[in-house]
Amino acid sequence: MFDYLVRRLLVMIPTLVAISIITFIIIQLPPGDYLSTLIAEMESQGENVDLAKIAALRAQYGLDQPMWQQYLLWAGGLLRGDFGYSFEYQLPVADVVGDRVLLTCVLNFGTILFIYLVSFPIGIYSATHQYSWGDYGLTLVGFIGLATPNFLLALVLLYFANVWFGTSIGGLMDPSYIDQPWTWGKVVSVLEHLWVPVVVIGTSGTAAMIRRLRANLLDELQKQYVITARAKGLPPLRALLKYPLRMALNPFIADIGNMLPQVVSGSAVVAMVLSLPTTGPMLIGALQSQDMYLAGSFLMFLAVLTVVGMLLSDMALAWLDPRIRLGGGTAR
Amino acid sequence: MTERVTPLLRVNDLRVGFDLPEGRLVAVDGVSFQVRRGATVALVGESGSGKSVVSQAIMGLLPRPARVLGGSILFADPNKPGTITDIVRLAPDGRAMRELRGGRISIIFQEPMTSLSPLHTVGDQITEALRLHRSVSAAEARELTRDMLRLVGFPDPDRALRTYPFELSGGLRQRAMISMALVCRPALLIADEPTTALDVTIQAQILKLMRDLQSELHMAVLMITHDLGVVANMAEEVVVMYRGRVMESGDVEDIFRRPEHPYLRALMAAVPRFDMGPGERLRPLREIKAETGHLMAGAEDRRPAAPQDRPILSVQGVSKTYTIRKAGMFGKQARTMMALDDVSFEVRRGECLGLVGESGCGKTTLSKVIMRAIGPDAGRVSFADDDGEIDVLGLQGEALTAFRRKLQFVFQDPFGSLNPRMTVFDIIAEPLAIHGIGNEAWRREMVSELMKLVGLDARHLRRYPHSFSGGQRQRIGIARALALRPSMLICDEPVSALDVSIQAQVLNLLKDLKAQLGLTYLFISHNLAVVDYIADRIAVMCAGRLVELAPREELFRNPVHPYTRALLAAVPDPSLDHPLDFARIMDERASHPADWPAPFTIDESHSPTFVDLGGEHFVRADPHILTLRLAS
Repeated sequence: MFDYLVRRLLVMIPTLVAISIITFIIIQLPPGDYLSTLIAEMESQGENVDLAKIAALRAQYGLDQPMWQQYLLWAGGLLRGDFGYSFEYQLPVADVVGDRVLLTCVLNFGTILFIYLVSFPIGIYSATHQYSWGDYGLTLVGFIGLATPNFLLALVLLYFANVWFGTSIGGLMDPSYIDQPWTWGKVVSVLEHLWVPVVVIGTSGTAAMIRRLRANLLDELQKQYVITARAKGLPPLRALLKYPLRMALNPFIADIGNMLPQVVSGSAVVAMVLSLPTTGPMLIGALQSQDMYLAGSFLMFLAVLTVVGMLLSDMALAWLDPRIRLGGGTAR
Repeated sequence: MTERVTPLLRVNDLRVGFDLPEGRLVAVDGVSFQVRRGATVALVGESGSGKSVVSQAIMGLLPRPARVLGGSILFADPNKPGTITDIVRLAPDGRAMRELRGGRISIIFQEPMTSLSPLHTVGDQITEALRLHRSVSAAEARELTRDMLRLVGFPDPDRALRTYPFELSGGLRQRAMISMALVCRPALLIADEPTTALDVTIQAQILKLMRDLQSELHMAVLMITHDLGVVANMAEEVVVMYRGRVMESGDVEDIFRRPEHPYLRALMAAVPRFDMGPGERLRPLREIKAETGHLMAGAEDRRPAAPQDRPILSVQGVSKTYTIRKAGMFGKQARTMMALDDVSFEVRRGECLGLVGESGCGKTTLSKVIMRAIGPDAGRVSFADDDGEIDVLGLQGEALTAFRRKLQFVFQDPFGSLNPRMTVFDIIAEPLAIHGIGNEAWRREMVSELMKLVGLDARHLRRYPHSFSGGQRQRIGIARALALRPSMLICDEPVSALDVSIQAQVLNLLKDLKAQLGLTYLFISHNLAVVDYIADRIAVMCAGRLVELAPREELFRNPVHPYTRALLAAVPDPSLDHPLDFARIMDERASHPADWPAPFTIDESHSPTFVDLGGEHFVRADPHILTLRLAS
């Protein structure tokens, strides 16, 4: 077990190095850099550009060096915990991202919780009452949820909240709390605002999860061991929860690896529509303006989360499923 | 006397229907029978006869579209004298039914592989059954479970409590299932095809175990099976079902010695037995006639009476090793497994060589090597027909394609081996298309001739496989194998997935085709009676090695190798005159080469070779000791 863990952790190192190189190359692929974008923007607004100042800035940030030197500079900084400097915000990356990461995590953990809480009972109901009116009805709702684009739902909610309640539900807190230190009132305000993006982002996820859970569970319900469990005299609900549901869970645990980075990057489009102070819109902005350290560090962070998430889900699967833990050589 | 008045279980005029979109299907139509306390009743029938539906109705576990339309199932619990419960009237998931289920009536299923949850330990699943029905503490439950596991023959019950089902062999899994069913000491055990998925030697052990436990726990057994051999050895009373109705019932003597109903007689005549006279044919319920047309008839002319002395297929010293890599959480371990160890034999032209062995003995690996689906580590395979001798393992490209026309394959599973999205015409014509034989019109004629050859209606060529039954599909598979007019067929368990009467039909068809088309067969099976019926010579395989090879009568009359003997002793014969000798049923060591007695032992220090005993009888043994033995 310990050997396995060490080996997995060692394998992560070359993986992350490779990802960091690819990330950096992709960020640098568009012609120019942050400063040339800045110049173009200033010129289009009719401002004069002080070429000497630009050259000084370029030297200061190391943008005049060859690409591999820039990469080493950045990667070396990452190793020391220095995520670089954001040109656009004129702040260290860590400070720019700070609060937003926390809010994004809160928002997306809320969303995942919402998805699980809603979809599990519905999925189980749909599977155990296959082809009933309830199943058809919930399936229809699910498909509508799946087919509606998130941002559209966000716009619709924004509109009706304004028309019916006369309130603006954009953002994640009351405007008066923005950039204020955390207080109890601010927490309450966040919670009050949270439900709208949670519902908006969670709808399609819930619908997809219901469909998958229903399909998985339907497969499992036909297996012989379910009949065995009932033949023992187990009450139906306990038989359902202990055997087929447990078996149907594997794909969801395997999904944790994908979910962790999503929790942080969030759903950028909805965040823009609802003007949420999360990290999604910021990443898009950074990529547009070629704010390369901000974008690169952010992407690296997501990569680390993906790799760690995969490790976690593998460990969880092995812990939950003895066939994975003990399998392999014991197959007759 | 009171037992005769109130039997343990009485099923009265039971009717069960399935409400399907296309209408109601009555699967069980007026079935009545009874099970006395401590008795064994066999419910016999082929697939679709409704026998499993009866068992589901007794357990209150009918699938969703099924409903009891009428009748009653009266259960007189011996623990509550004087009360009789009508199971039909109980709510299927109600408390009363749940207490009966698993507590007083238990069931074991056919497939030990899937009937236990892979995620929970054996101990967990058995103690769960116990704690549902008896108020015992966790420690007591473990103790009782341990006792039960010891009773069903687990060598190390303490360890067994902690193992997961997938860590056990098929036989041990079925033992775990039995101990789960019996841990609450039920009054009635329903065994739904309990040994169908097991090898013969394991089957004999499980049957013996069930007998022993039955007398020890004083319970009744309702045995659901299609295997008349099992019935003859286990049952006291027999109920024969066909299409949802009881055809005949009575005690086992009456049923086997004086069968009255035509269906029962037909069923008896369709089962291959060991004491069949030479040339005696099985009589399936419906015989099919193989008709050769003019295109296939050409195949007969093509092959003149060949020299019998030259083998058509010769396999010499073939070995194959698999490496099992264990890449679990606990690091990597590589283990090698000998799938084939120095296998040599010959198949003569026009004969049928039967290859017998338990699952995992290497039969299928061998057939794959001959078909060039996998390459062996060592050895030679050569194939000789009128076009000269071919070194099969050295074939490449064009020559290999040409060889494929000579040797074809019939698969075991008639469902998995036909593409459900192709019409029957496309399936049978595909080999012709691949090898570019004939034009469209010729292929059309050839395919309809092939259909007639296997006794199918040529008008059904545009149907898809799902509209055919298992036996019909297997015949489609045979037609496809014959399309290229091969000189030899390898049949890998071609009838093991079929019902008895259909099995007889397909076996007869294969026999007829062999005579009409001058074919040679390598017939792989685990069923000795089937091989006995169709083969001329029989090769017995165990743990990757051939252990004995002899002409059919010789092998059955005078088996020499201990493994062959064990195999023969374990086959339940469908007649009352040759009961299984349960006292002699050996444990699982019979298939361990290292445990075989003196001249046959195979381990690091002993590697016996194939010895000729005369009369084409070969056995793998140490020649020196064996001659001494035979002389004395």
